[in-house]
Order: sequence, then structure tokens, then C-alpha cells
Amino acid sequence: MSHTFVGMPAFPDAAKVALVDTQLRRNLAHATKVIRTKRNGVVGELDDWQELRLAGAAIKDRALRHLPDYLEQFEAAATAAGATVHWARDGDEANQLVAELVRQAGADEVVKVKSMATQEMGMNEALAEEGIAALETDLAELIVQLNDDLPSHILVPAIHRNRAEIREIFLREMPSAPPDLTDEPRMLAGAARQHLRRKFMSAKVGISGANFAVAETGTLVVVESEGNGRMCLTLPETLISVVGVEKIVPTFADLEVFLQLLPRSSTGERMNPYTSMWTGVTPGDGPQAVHIVLVDNGRTRALADPVGRQVLRCIRCSACLNFCPVYERTGGHAYGSVYPGPIGAVLNPLLNGVDAGPVEKSLPYASSLCGRCFEVCPVRIDIPDLLVHLRGKVVDSTRDRSVPTAEMLGMRAAAWTFDKPGRLSAVQRLAGLGRRMLGEQRTSLGPVPFGAASKWSRARDIPLPPKESFRQWWHRTRGKGGAA
Amino acid sequence: MKVALFVTCFNDTMFPESAKATVELLERLGVDVDFPTGQTCCGQMHINTGYRAEALPLVRRYVETFDGYDAVVAPSASCAGTVQHYHSRIAAERGDAALRDGVANVAPKTYELTRFLTDVLGKEDVGAYFPHRVTYHPTCHSLRALELGDRPYRLLRAVRGLTLVDLPEREECCGFGGTFAIKNSDVSVAMGADKVRHVRSTGAEVLVSADNSCLTHIGGILGRERSGVRTLHIAEVLASTERAAGTTHAEQPAESARWKGRPEQELAGQEVTHP
Repeated sequence: MSHTFVGMPAFPDAAKVALVDTQLRRNLAHATKVIRTKRNGVVGELDDWQELRLAGAAIKDRALRHLPDYLEQFEAAATAAGATVHWARDGDEANQLVAELVRQAGADEVVKVKSMATQEMGMNEALAEEGIAALETDLAELIVQLNDDLPSHILVPAIHRNRAEIREIFLREMPSAPPDLTDEPRMLAGAARQHLRRKFMSAKVGISGANFAVAETGTLVVVESEGNGRMCLTLPETLISVVGVEKIVPTFADLEVFLQLLPRSSTGERMNPYTSMWTGVTPGDGPQAVHIVLVDNGRTRALADPVGRQVLRCIRCSACLNFCPVYERTGGHAYGSVYPGPIGAVLNPLLNGVDAGPVEKSLPYASSLCGRCFEVCPVRIDIPDLLVHLRGKVVDSTRDRSVPTAEMLGMRAAAWTFDKPGRLSAVQRLAGLGRRMLGEQRTSLGPVPFGAASKWSRARDIPLPPKESFRQWWHRTRGKGGAA
Repeated sequence: MKVALFVTCFNDTMFPESAKATVELLERLGVDVDFPTGQTCCGQMHINTGYRAEALPLVRRYVETFDGYDAVVAPSASCAGTVQHYHSRIAAERGDAALRDGVANVAPKTYELTRFLTDVLGKEDVGAYFPHRVTYHPTCHSLRALELGDRPYRLLRAVRGLTLVDLPEREECCGFGGTFAIKNSDVSVAMGADKVRHVRSTGAEVLVSADNSCLTHIGGILGRERSGVRTLHIAEVLASTERAAGTTHAEQPAESARWKGRPEQELAGQEVTHP
């Protein structure tokens, strides 16, 4: 099952639409700058940040190296503690499993903790088809859900909306919203709280994801900052947690590293406000039916790629989104997936395969390779390197075409030219000749109507080649063999 | 020390003045620099766009060309970065052990120009004179692939007559990104527009950088806007002397030197001493 939105265009086309949305541009520029500044402040406080990053990467790598063993260890520990562990190969299987569990609990309504895994597999829509209403309880997810919108950020899914827009959405879509609602954050949060509180009290089933699954103890961990998660995890009788298999960490002590890395990287906080941990069932306290659905949904495909598997270290902090100059300008929707930004640009093609569709094919190119994402990644995923790796896969997927792509022809022509210095020299002489023909007065070219040059020159002048290349000059003045 | 110039195909073909300036500068500092004519391209465009197979012969050519030198100097951070970060990978991927050994020998001896000047020659004052208001764009490859840090700034600060102005948000990518500039031209231009806005806010007359590729992108927008700001490779600034002043970039349109932006007094106090 694909992780990208159905019918989305390739990144460059989607980006074009986003770039002219001035409200979006302003909202994103402001929000990402605020988060970047906060993150830099709290990361700068730690002398051992680089060591923490190394430790985070090493722990995740160990978990991935021995994933089958750790998963079985987790299953045994969680089962011993009273949880029921289910396995799902893909999103469809997981959705069916969860729908069945909800039905067994006699519910047609569930409250949800913000979860990327369930979003990735379109669980809300799948449950709706089964007559089950899923209510998002995270404030930003609620805003997105009420407006029938798509999330545009991993951590702050409504980052593309400002508070004036949120007020409008609440007044329009939330029956309990007071008519005199203002756009003050406190008022907006209050309205959402009123709306949600009744649901928390009545819901029989809660659905969550997990940030971490501890193999040693069978413990699940949810990290959130609004308290809505704590409500969903403790009030309903039945709790179903949908967990990607890569969420495994070997030991409880490993959490020490991630609970430092995650809040500082994601929200720019020193310590996370609500960290909930549970191990199976505690009699008489909290949910008495605890289900855990372990989902693959493309993870083993990514794991099979020796270069690509590092993507499974991701702890969904979204630092790479906040620091990405491309994301800052296009927003998340252009990436066509619940996983936008640099991590989405590598995760989607790795989970689905680069040949899954136009979105997957275009995402590895949705980056200038500036390197900021790697610099801020708390688990040291070398995203620029992965992008280049995936570009190679995209190109390789076009190699067996009977008619080569225009780009392939161009690249082969360039490679042919560079293969012998004499060829390069000949091309340079031709360019110099062309330059002479254009005359002395002209120093650059304006818009060119067709081809790749048109994409460059719509907004940028094209420099003209010199009359004499460097190697010609060297040959003429130094005479050491010169232009071969 | 046997030093070779790796001019890079882009400088060779499009910006020979930057390459000549590199030769002139190195020779002025007493370096006997050679230009092995077997060189062509490091393969950056092919590698970064996904054409790794096509890049293999280029990696091989690079190794064969520069094998016998003590140091290879490149007036480009992104090309030096490609040699250092990708050549060994390409060789390893293709299972070519001899090539891998060759890369292991040559890649570490490949220096971006400002690093060579500061770390190998131990120079900061290279005897340059450049009486202009300048701002510096530290390219992504300079910052994050090669970690050049304050090296270019140390060199520029020692240039006589040069006023170095801080570039706001300087660590932000300009949006060039190689084929990104074509494949995602809209995003690329959006990023470039912000970079240009910051450049123009400095009141600088010249935007300097260690990569002509990024400068072509930023300069392309500055030129389209008739902004009166020109772009110049750092080699050309450092090669410039009292004797040679005014000879570089004679091809620039005359208007570019006369941009009348914000009045000078408004810009007072913006000079920086730290990058």
C-alpha cells in the first residue's frame, strides 16, 4: 500500500502551486524560523550533543541489525505483561485488524493519539468505511481533520494554517465552538478542549501509535505535549497501538538517549511534557484490553537496501523539515505524502520503491543537497547521501527503455565529452565561436524560449561562455602541451 | 611540492578568469603550479543526478591525471567535495580495487583553494588589494561538506582596501543545487530570490564566493534585476593587486559598478569581523 496521497502530481508541479500561496509562504517562514531558533537554543546547551547523536544512531542500527530477534523479544515481554500482539504485513492488513478489534469492543467511535503510522496507512478513512468514526485529539490533527485538509508537517500537521484561519475552521466545523471565538491561542485551545473532553469521557476505544517499543520489557512509549495522548491512553477500556516495526529499541536504558534527542530536535524543548509508558495491562488501572499491532508496510523493503536502511533510524522529530529551505518554501503538501520534507523525500521512495509512481520518482530530486538535514538529524541519517543514492535508482529504472529519456541522452553526451580532453576542448572552441558571433556588447543571455535553458532563464540570466577557455589560454601562454 | 591545478570543467569552460586568477595567485605565493591537460570533470553533475555509471570513467580519469602530484588545488568547494566524498564510493561500488586505492591516494590530497592557502601554505594575507564593498556567500559545500569555516573570511579580511559586510542568513542555501536549478526551477528561484534580497540589503557591490556554480545562479538573478551587484570568485579577489586593480572582470557591464542602493550612512556599522 502506498504512503503517498492518491492523485498527487510530481513534486515540481505541486511545488509550483504552493509557491504562489502567499499566506502559506508567510505561515511557514514564520513557523519554521521560530522552531529553528528554539531548537538551536536548546541543542546548543548540551556539550555532548554530537555524542548523543552518535549514540542514537548506534542504538537504532543495533536494533535494525537484529530486528527479528528484538521483535520476538518484544512480543514475548508484552504478551507476558497481558498485551495481545498482532502482526500486519501492510496497511490494509493493519486497518482490517484494527477495525475488527474495535467491533469486538462494541464501539463505533474511537479517540486517537496523533500517530504517523496510522496516517501512513489511511486508517481513519479505512475505519470510516467500516462505519467507525475516528476522532483525532491532537490539536493540530483536529484542525486538519475538521477542515478535511491534509497534514503538512510530521509534528505540526497544521503548520500551514495561522490562527485566523484556525478560528474560521472552528466556527465552521465545530458545533460547540462559542460564537464569540477570537483567534487568541488560549481561546482556540479552550474551544478544542471543550469539544474533545466529552469524547474522552465516552470513548470505549483509544488508538495510538508509539514513539518507541522496548524489546527488553515490552513497554510502549508515547511522547506528546498536549495531554490528549495521556487521556486516550488511560481512559478507554480498550487500547490499540499501531507500531511500525522500526520503533524497536533494545533496552529500557536506551530511552535515556532518545528522550534527550527527541524533544530538543522536534519542539525545541529540554524535556518532553507528557511521556507515557505502559507495559501490557495493569489490573484495575487504565485499559484492561491492550492490543499492539506491529506493522511492516514497506519497512523490510527499506531494510533490504544496505544504503537506504538508515532511514529506519528516524524518530519522526521533523528537525529536517524545519531546517529545509525547500520545505520552508513549498510546505508539506507538495511532497504528496504524510511524510513530507527531506525525510519524506527519502522515506517514501524507500518504503514504496522509486518506481511506485510519479511522486516517488520526483521526491529524490526535491532537494538542493544543501546538507542542513543531515546536520540537524538527531540520529545522523545522511539524507543528502540517501537522496543521491535514490536518484541513482530512479535513473537505473529508466535504463532499459528502448527510447532513452532526453536527460539520459544529455548526460551521456556530457560523459562522452568529458571522456577525452580533446572533445572538451572542441566543445569549448565551438562555444567560443558562438560567443564571438553574439558580439562584444552582449555579456549574458536573457530568457530562452525552449528546453532546459528556458527553465533556467525564466528568472535568471545565462552567462555567455568566454572567447577562450582556460585550457586554450594555458596552451597559448604556457605551451605545455595544452589543449590535447 | 608538486602542485596541480584542478580547474574544474565549469571554470575551464565558463569562467577562465577565475582559473587564471588561481594560477596567478598561487604563483605569486611561490607555488609552481602545473595544469595537467588530461583533466576534464570530477563527475559531480552525473553523480548528483543519479548517473553513477557514467561518472566512473571520470573518476578514473581524475585519479590517473593527478596521481603523481603532492597536492591538487581546485577553485571550487563543490568539486573538491565530490572528489573527497564520492570518488571512493563510486570506486567501491564498482568493485574496482585498483581504482579504490588510487582514489585513496589522490582524494585526500585534493584541496579547495582557500583551504590550500590557509592550511597548506599557512597564509592569510596573500598580498591582495581590492578596494570594494564585498559580501561573502559561504556555499553549502564550503560549509557542510568541506567545513571551511572562517578560512575564506580570514583571507578576505586581510585584503587591503576591502570592506567585508556581513551577509544576513548566510548559511542558507542559495537554491542552485546543480540540476535542481532546472528540475525544480521554481523552488530554486524562490530560494535564490531570498538570497539576492539578503545580498542587496548589505549594500555590497560585489558578492564573493568559493563556487562559481552558485554564483552563476545568484548572479543570474542579480543580473536579471539589473541590481548593480556583480559576482566574483574569491580567487579573483585574492589575485587582485594594486598593480592589477581594475583588470578583473572587465567584461562586466558598466552599470553594475554603479548601483545606487541604500545610502552609505544607513549601512554604517554593518562591517563584521566574524564570519
